[in-house]
Order: sequence, then C-alpha cells, then structure tokens
Amino acid sequence: MTAILSVRGLEARIAGQQVVEDVSFDVAAHGVTALLGRNGVGKSSTIKALLGLYERTGEVTFDGERIDRLLTHRIVQRGIAYVPEDREVFGGLTVEENLRLAERGGAPNRAIVGELFPELLQRAKQQAGTLSGGQQQMVSLSRALMNDNRLLLVDEPTKGLAPLIVGTVTKALEAAAERTPMLLVEQNLQVVRALAHTVVVLSGGRVVHTGPASEFLDSDLVHRHLGVSTDQEAA
Amino acid sequence: MRTFLQSTWGRLAVGAAVVIAAAILPLLAIDIPGVLPGPTYTPGTLTVLAYAMLIAALALSYHLIFGVAGMLSFGHAMFFAAGAYGLGIILRLLAPTGMPSEAVFLLAIVLTLVIALVLGNLVGALALRVSGISFAMVTLAVAQAMNVMIRRNVGGLTGGEEGVTLEVDVVPDFLVGVVNTRNLYWMALAILVLVYLACVWVERSRLGHVVAAARENELRVTVLGLRPYLVRLFVFAAAAVLAAVAGMGFMMLQSSATPRISTSDFTLTLLVIVVLGGVGYRWGAIVGGIIYTLLDQRLAALASAEWIQRLPDVLRIPLSEPLFILGMLFVLVVMFAPGGIVGLTHRVTRPRGGAKDAEQPAALQDVEA
Amino acid sequence: MSTVLLLLITGVGLGALYFLVASGLSLIYGLMGVLNFAHGSFLTLAGFLGWEVGRRVGDGSWGGLLVGMLVGLVVGALVAAITELVFIRPLYNRHIEQVLVTVGLGLASVALFEGIWGTDPIQIRLPEWLGGTTDVLGANIPNDRWLLIGTAAVVLVLIVLFLQRTSYGLVIRAGVENRTMVTALGIDVRRAFTIVFAIGGAAAGLGGVLASVYYGQVGAHQGTSLLIYAFIVTVIGGLGSLTGAAIASVLVAVIQQFANFYLGGTGDIAIVLALAAVLLVRPTGLMGKVTH
Repeated sequence: MTAILSVRGLEARIAGQQVVEDVSFDVAAHGVTALLGRNGVGKSSTIKALLGLYERTGEVTFDGERIDRLLTHRIVQRGIAYVPEDREVFGGLTVEENLRLAERGGAPNRAIVGELFPELLQRAKQQAGTLSGGQQQMVSLSRALMNDNRLLLVDEPTKGLAPLIVGTVTKALEAAAERTPMLLVEQNLQVVRALAHTVVVLSGGRVVHTGPASEFLDSDLVHRHLGVSTDQEAA
Repeated sequence: MRTFLQSTWGRLAVGAAVVIAAAILPLLAIDIPGVLPGPTYTPGTLTVLAYAMLIAALALSYHLIFGVAGMLSFGHAMFFAAGAYGLGIILRLLAPTGMPSEAVFLLAIVLTLVIALVLGNLVGALALRVSGISFAMVTLAVAQAMNVMIRRNVGGLTGGEEGVTLEVDVVPDFLVGVVNTRNLYWMALAILVLVYLACVWVERSRLGHVVAAARENELRVTVLGLRPYLVRLFVFAAAAVLAAVAGMGFMMLQSSATPRISTSDFTLTLLVIVVLGGVGYRWGAIVGGIIYTLLDQRLAALASAEWIQRLPDVLRIPLSEPLFILGMLFVLVVMFAPGGIVGLTHRVTRPRGGAKDAEQPAALQDVEA
Repeated sequence: MSTVLLLLITGVGLGALYFLVASGLSLIYGLMGVLNFAHGSFLTLAGFLGWEVGRRVGDGSWGGLLVGMLVGLVVGALVAAITELVFIRPLYNRHIEQVLVTVGLGLASVALFEGIWGTDPIQIRLPEWLGGTTDVLGANIPNDRWLLIGTAAVVLVLIVLFLQRTSYGLVIRAGVENRTMVTALGIDVRRAFTIVFAIGGAAAGLGGVLASVYYGQVGAHQGTSLLIYAFIVTVIGGLGSLTGAAIASVLVAVIQQFANFYLGGTGDIAIVLALAAVLLVRPTGLMGKVTH
C-alpha cells in the first residue's frame, strides 16, 4: 500500500511545552486512515503540526515532497484541506463569504455544497455565527470538500453533533473518501468503523499501534489504548 | 575553573570582585578615551558612571516586571519619577519644620518609599485586572496622566517644566557638592547592589517562582491554589519600590528632577535597555543600562565632533542623533540577536549552549491573549 | 448652550483626528496582534512631507493644502508598507519582537525628524477660511473642524467599503476574527498584513497633514503625542474593531474637551479614568471581539 503522506519523528511545542513527541506514521493513498487516542493525547496537535500551525521538527513527506518547512498556506495550496476541530467558521462572515474565502485555485466545485448540504443554500446570506453547530460543521466541511484536494485532514467532525447530523456528516465524508485520501481524528468509534480501513493509535504523544481498523476495533487494544470497551463504543 | 565559576561560591566571588573593582574605581586614574569622558577619579566621569549605575538599577527593577513576570509595562518611569520627585518635594516640605536635618532626610526617604509602595499597589491593582496588551495600555495611560500632572504643576508641588531641585540644607554634607561626587558614586553603587540583591531575593523566593510559572501557564498556578493576580501585584509593587529607590538616588546625584523622567519615552528607553542587555538575564539589565548610558553620552559628544559636522547632511544628521543610532541598534538586536548582549556572549562562550540558550527568552513569547 | 455645542463639535473634530490614527492601529492589531508604536512616526513624516510639498505648490493656499494631503496619504501608505515588509515580516508570528521593533523605529525616527526639522514645531500657513469660524446656533465653530470631520468620515466610508466589497477586505475581516484559520484555508495572510499597514499608514498620513492644520504647526513630536491618545481610543473601542475605534475616538475627544473646559484642564486625567472604567467593566473594550 503506498502512502500519500508519511510522517517521521514529528515533534511540536507550544509555549515551551511539548505537545507532540516523536510521532511517525503513514497515511494511505486511498481511503481513510484514522488517528485515534484518548483525549489530550495530541491528535489535534499532530494535525496542526503537520500543517505548520505549531512550531514543529521532523520529516513530513507529502506525495514524495518534503513539506515540513513550508508555511501553512503553501501546504494547503498543495492540495491538503483541513477541517478543524470545533469547526472554526468565521462567525462574523456570511455562509457565502465563508465559502468564497475558502475557494482555492483550479475549479472549485460549488455544486457539491448543494448536493451534500442543501440547507446551506438557503442560508447563504446568514451570518455563520448564528448557525447551529451542525450547520457550522456543514460550512466547515464544504470549505474543504468544494476544492480539488489531494488529501483531507479532518479533525473530530462529529464532535458535539446530534445523531441525525452525525449521519449526514458521515455520509459526506464517506463520499469524499472515495475520491480523496483522508486522515481522520474521531472519537466516535462507529464512525471510525464505518469509514476507516487503517488506524494509527497515539498514547502519551507517541504512536503505540498501527494496523487494520476492524482488527483493532474488535480487539481488547481498544480498551487498553482508548479506555473504552467495544460494547461502549455506541455511547 | 568553569565549574567553580558556575557554583554558588564562584558566582559570589565574581560578584564581590566586580563590586570591589567598581568601589575602588574613584581611587584610580583609569582613562579610556572614547568610552569615558576623563580619568576615573574626576567628578565628571564619576557622575556619568554613577548615573549609569542608577539607570542599571532602574533597568533591573524593570527586569522584574518584564523579564521575570513577563508583563509589558509602559509606565515604569512613573515610579522612578515618584522616587525622585517624592524625595525632592518631601524634603522641601519638611525643611522649614525645624526638625534636625538628619531626621528630615531619613523621614523623607521613608515617606517616599511608602508613597512608592502605595502608588505601585494602586496602579498594579488597576492594571493587572487586564493582561497582555491591555495591561500595557493601562500602564501607559496612567503614566501619561502622571506626566501631564507633573508638567502642569498640579497642586503647585512639581514645579511644572522647571521641575524640583534638591533642598541641600537638609541633605547630609558628605552627599552635597562636586567635591563629594565620589560619595555620590559610592551611593549609586550601593543602590545598584541593593536593587540587585532585592531582585535575586524576589526571583529566588516562592513568589518569584510562581510568577515565572504564571507567565508560562496561568492555569497551572491557579490549580496550585495560588492567585496569579496577587503574586503579580507583589512583583509589580516590589519593582515600583525598587524603581523609586533608584529615583531617589537620581535626585541626590543630579540635585534636580524634570518631567522628562516621567515620560513614556523614558520607560521605552528602559525597555530598550533590558532588551539590549538580554531579556530574562539580571546581568543583561545591568550591562544594558551601563552600556546604553555610556553610549548615549558618547554619541552625544560624537555629535558635536568636528569631523561629523563636516559630513554631508545625509550622514551628519543621523550620526548626530544619539537616539536614532540607539533606536536602530535596538531594532537590529531585536531582529538578529534576540538574546541581547548577554545572549550573544553566551553563544560565544558556550557554543553548545546550556538549556537557557536553547530556548527563546520566555518573556518574548506571545502575550497577545 | 452655545458653549456646549462648541465643545461638542470641537470634540468631534479632534475625535476625527484620533480616528485617523486609531483606525489603522486597530486594524493592524486586530489582524496581526501587533501594537504599532511606529504609527505616530508615519503620521509625523507624512505631516512634514505634506507640508514641504504643499508650501512649494502654494503656501497657505487650498491647492497647497490638498496636494499636501495627497502627499501625506501616499507617504503614509508607502512608509507603512515598507515598514511591514522590511521590519515586521521577518519576525512573522513573533508578536512581542514585532512590537519591540516598532518601539525602536518610533524612537529612532523621532530623533531623525528632530535632526532634520529641528526640535521646535514649525508654524505653518493655512488657507484663510480655515482660520475663520462658522456660526452654528450661536456657537462660533472653527472652520478647520469641518475639514477634519469631513475627511475622517470619507476615510471611514472608504475603509468600510474596502473591507466589505473587496476580496482582500474579506481576507482582512476573516483574519481579524481568526488569523490561523485563514492561513489554513491556503491564503497567504502576509499580503493582507502589508495591505492593512498601507491602509493604516495612509489614514495616519492624512491625519498627519490634518494634525498640522488643527495645531497650526508641524513638529517632530506631533505623532507621538497623538499616538498615546490613539492607543487609549483603540483600547476603549476594542482592539480590532473599526466601529469601536470610530465611536471611541469621538467619545474620548468629547470627554476630553468637556473636562478641559468645565473641570479645570483635567481632560487627560478624565480619559485615563474613562479607560480604567471601560477596562474594568469590559476588558475587551466597547466593541472588542471575545478572545478565542
């Protein structure tokens, strides 16, 4: 299996504190690779470090080229889209402005927004800050998915969403994953099971397990590394 | 040798040697042309050196706020001014009371310290309600208001633009006049040592550790059950009192104080000194203070040099403005040598660097939040 | 009544001057997290150069003044953009160092201005009408106030239009809200930094020429002294908020005028108290964004 992104010895610090230490893993060129681990273990920090949002050291190779010295916008311009934890839509901007801002070169596919999330079309003129959490997540996903991407970095897309919207979001991600490889951070193991073929598990800032998703989810490693048992995963 | 120098006793020995060397300077005739205005025993040179040491002491007190606690204050000059003006005004008010002059002098010093303590606590209590840039702005605004009051001669005490002069009748004889410049020099040295020791004490104390920790991680300190607010307030007030001590020394040395020492530009000069010397290093504040003052003096002398006057305007004008040269030097240091002078010497003497060199001075980390 | 009206309109006029300085400061801080201590120097330099060119075109004439204003605008924008490119950009994301660099530039440039134009302010000649007054309901309003208010209003409208209608305006509005996320969308936010510096510099440059109209003189310290008021305005209005800067400019200037007149010249102290009061009640300022 070839890798689109490979990470070797990634470390990151904020305000003098190490948040990622010596992390190495690969993201497959197809399908969804899930990055798992308990809360605060450094999953989001790993993604931010990959994007250069934190000071980092180590080797990050994207499609054969080193990207660990590039500024964030250059990394993104190479076709890496980012859906952040907590959505981070611009609350003072309208939905339409949020989308317009996110258009990158090439031919952004605005139609996909309507296909995936029709309700956003009626709210184009609404300030994004007044949307519900689920709608904001739709804006955040649209910002990424409407562009021509070569890799998606998706951080906890279902966090705090109502079950119905979790379904919508999962479907959108599933469709996106058919075209574009994805690195997914997700706490909801049902979503992981539905989407991911490979898991990378972090503990204490390091990778402690890598392997096929279903094998991992069915073993007692889930309990050891994530602190939940397989029957609890619905919760 | 190196290990000895780095041990506690070694440091004490080095410190003592430096202080002793500084103390016997007035008895020697060392002449460094271009650096000092004349041999070290002459009153002119001693005054410059004493002034440099007082500025170093003031910079040390600013180091407590900026370098240790990581608070960017733009109002520190007001405490220096409080010391200088406080002493001058109280001496003048007490002089006619007929008390013995020694009593007047001591009482004035104590009262000035009390005023500085109260002022430091009041301003700190207000400014520390906010953090980061807002904190800087509150200190700037308060200092500005003080400066305006001093200039406007509110209450008829500060003498407006003229300032306040020292009431020499109630000052001990050995601290008055050009013949006693040597004593004033020793007084300045004593103030610098005192302020230095106070800084060491504050930094080594539990409070000092907590305030440094609060700079890095406020939450952790709160979890420890301590209120960062009170700890910061203590450091702010302590720095205010130390600045006032330096201010009193300034009043004794110069025999007068003008509104210049209460301006925000004067505080900015302190910031320049601390950064020039090296943020976070006590020695940096001292070295920065002394080098800055000497440079300022020498550059001013240079400005009137004949060869400068003959240069074309494009070169003559920038070269005859000491503050222009110092300001640009400061910009270069910030951009290319973030550790300042002390950081540079560390880089030279310890190429592989201790832990301190590896990191940016912590105070330079983001205070935007 | 006429006194109140006079103080009010004069206050708004002074507020217009504050706004020209504070608008740029606030935008720069909002987008970049940098408090620009060199902003006063943009103003002073523009004031001097505007005057130098203006008096050659026609000393004391409208033509000279208008050319001077144009020169001030261009000088302010250019100097600010160069400052950003040469001194601020290399220190990308190191906010304290960026502030320190602007402090150094501020100190150094004032010294340089003193070297070139001397330490004492220079009296300037203005079109006659500006020295006169207009009767408004019994109050004799100095005419230069109208010029100040009009210019500031035009600048406010232009900046708002730029922010609302252009793609860079969109990037700036988004960046003020969440700079990190803008870069994470693949946008080079540094270009927006140069633009806000240029816009802020242009407004300050215009302010520099108008400050010389207001005070009747140009001087090396004009920018620095206005800068402190602009800082206070920016903090009261809420760092990063243009609307906040506009409201606070007028508020601060009016309070200052009234306190100076009715409370024996205590204007400066009154605005420091106002600053303290606002910060204690609303630490983010009147219109400040909630920290994220």
